[in-house]
Amino acid sequence: MKKKKKALNAPSEFSKDYTVSKALAKGDIFTKLSFLIMGLGNIVRKQFIKGLLFLAVEIGFIYFMVTYGISNISMLPSLGGREAGYVLDPTGQFMTYVEGDDSKLVLLYGVVSIVICIAFFLFWRETVKSAYMAQVLRKKGKHVNNFFEDIKDLFNSNLHKLLLALPITGVVAFTILPLIYMISMAFTNYTKIGGHLQLFNWVGLDNFFDVVSLKGDIGKQFWAVAGWTIVWAILATFLNYILGMLLAIIINRKGTRLKGMWRFLFILSIAIPQFVSLLIIRTMLGPNGPVNNAILSEPVPFFTNATYARITVIVVNLWVGIPYTMLQVTGILQNIPADLYEAARVDGANAITTFFKITLPYMLFVTGPYLVSTFTGNVNNFNVIYLLTGGDPRPVGSTAGKTDLLVTWLFKLTINEQRYNVGAVIGIMTFIVLSIVSIITYRNTNAYKDEEGFQ
Amino acid sequence: MKKNSSEAVQYTSAKLKRLVMDIITHIFLTVLAIIWIAPVVWVIITSFRGEKGDFIDRIIPNSFTINNYKKLFTDTGTLNFPRMFMNTLIISVIVCLISSFFVLSVAFCMSRLRFKTRRTFMNICMILGLFPGFMSMVAVYFILKALGLTEGGLIKVALILVYSGGSGMGFYIAKGFFDTIPKSLDEAACIDGATKFQVFTKVIIPLSKPIIVYTVLTAFMGPWLDFIFAKVICLTNIKEYTVAIGLWNMLEKEYVYQWFNSFCAGAVLISIPISIIFILMQKFYQDGMSGAVKG
Repeated sequence: MKKKKKALNAPSEFSKDYTVSKALAKGDIFTKLSFLIMGLGNIVRKQFIKGLLFLAVEIGFIYFMVTYGISNISMLPSLGGREAGYVLDPTGQFMTYVEGDDSKLVLLYGVVSIVICIAFFLFWRETVKSAYMAQVLRKKGKHVNNFFEDIKDLFNSNLHKLLLALPITGVVAFTILPLIYMISMAFTNYTKIGGHLQLFNWVGLDNFFDVVSLKGDIGKQFWAVAGWTIVWAILATFLNYILGMLLAIIINRKGTRLKGMWRFLFILSIAIPQFVSLLIIRTMLGPNGPVNNAILSEPVPFFTNATYARITVIVVNLWVGIPYTMLQVTGILQNIPADLYEAARVDGANAITTFFKITLPYMLFVTGPYLVSTFTGNVNNFNVIYLLTGGDPRPVGSTAGKTDLLVTWLFKLTINEQRYNVGAVIGIMTFIVLSIVSIITYRNTNAYKDEEGFQ
Repeated sequence: MKKNSSEAVQYTSAKLKRLVMDIITHIFLTVLAIIWIAPVVWVIITSFRGEKGDFIDRIIPNSFTINNYKKLFTDTGTLNFPRMFMNTLIISVIVCLISSFFVLSVAFCMSRLRFKTRRTFMNICMILGLFPGFMSMVAVYFILKALGLTEGGLIKVALILVYSGGSGMGFYIAKGFFDTIPKSLDEAACIDGATKFQVFTKVIIPLSKPIIVYTVLTAFMGPWLDFIFAKVICLTNIKEYTVAIGLWNMLEKEYVYQWFNSFCAGAVLISIPISIIFILMQKFYQDGMSGAVKG
């Protein structure tokens, strides 16, 4: 299985002639020296500018490591320990203020330094390959690219390097790096509780046990919130899906007039920025709002009673979600072969049977991946909960409210409560659940297996 | 065509049944449409409401006024709406340029170029997408703070970086579109001596109008819709607020009495362009989904 996959991932079109191990085995003295002095092999083969650039990167990296990098990484195990305060200075006469270590910065700089090291290592591999390639081409008497030809290549055979450089830098700096940083916080005692905001330490898996155990305060809340998150995600996904599809079917019915107008009216409601429409609904249903004071004779605790609040968020989410589903499925519905319906009608099937035996199976088959991504989106549905209820109503003394999802709770724990370590653990737990669900489904869909089926 | 009487009766009863169904359908759709449109209509009415405060005990207000809109543009003491608008506009234009470039280049690479790390990159993007977006928010804030970008005017730079930095990962839709463009076009261009870069700019891009418009509009809308990242990064720097945090703040306890009607006015003003963009975008999205080269 593994072998087969490897063969799939690396088709023969990618040359495997120039690798680091081959450079080590077959390289001449200059190539081997390039392992230590980057660019030397290129300079010897008259690729001066390229070689000098490689060398400059190496010098820059060494300078960074000597001035910051090594000390940054060496502080990672302890995360800094000096407390801020007044110390007697060496002459023994004055008290001077010493700034203590800030563990969160120590951790950040450490993580950044490690990421820079990894990036440098990957770059180094490329330079070794490049040196070896220059050697082989020279030996075979083939043409070795000069600098300008290399630049030209960036627009042709190496175009991916040119186009992907910036986007990948962005992803590394603003997605991957913060994630590593946050994940490592899950293994520390970085929390307001016990005053660990300035200095904190590694605590191993303690936080994970706290969150999962049923005895502790956090543990109890975690299971309650996780349970509601799952219920919410399932209800929100499937109700939206089925009701949205029904709406699309009703609009698409032969007898329905003004199809365009109906569609437009429903789309209009989602065309408004979500934070605006949700804030409006919050006001309308709130204790001061028109629904409670002008329409209903008796006020309904839409947001203050736990059960009402849960029903309210699900119903409002239907308001948000049904038009989206309608939009997504309208086109696909029209693609269902008409003779299937014709055959069902001849056999005497009524509308309900037709829906469950033909429409739904067909749609599930085509929109399976869409359903998975909606499910993921609902587990991480921050806006609806945060803007409508803010997670409330909240029992006295706890951090999580009755309508809090894992994401909104994570947000509160980090931003309001400053319990960064627990927040990070919850993020990781969410990720684990979502990845299991998605891997199982994605692996089984045709879209993933048969990517080039249409080309 | 001749029909005997029993067939005719059957015919009319079927017709009657259809008519009844049609009427039920239309009543049902009308009720639904009223539910869906009610909040929109209500906010438009309330934006012209004459009474102050956020306690509303009648749907149609006693008096109407245009002052709520005037207040948005003239009362710039605490909540400066015109400045928020400009902040958001500047940010969204720059973000739009950067992320459109990122998304289209990544999509092109993933769809058209074959290189060793392609599958790896796509898998990593899929895995990263499963982490809750807010999980890394605090970390992003600390990083921006370490770079000194969380004070004063530099907050704009910070927000631009946040909105456009990771945008390269949202390449799926554009890639799906590029995949529908026949590869024979690339090959023909290559035979004519085009470099791959020229294939990108001269073959693929001109054929991809719907998906480019879609990408550009999506990127442009981002900063108008997000309030949570902006809120965490701006904190109390009221000068750098974007429209979304500004509107959110108008409903906070200390402002709501004075600003509730103006919140509705602001919501209407922001929603008009955004809705138009959204509806345009849907059109281009659907055009995009129907493929590049129509048979």
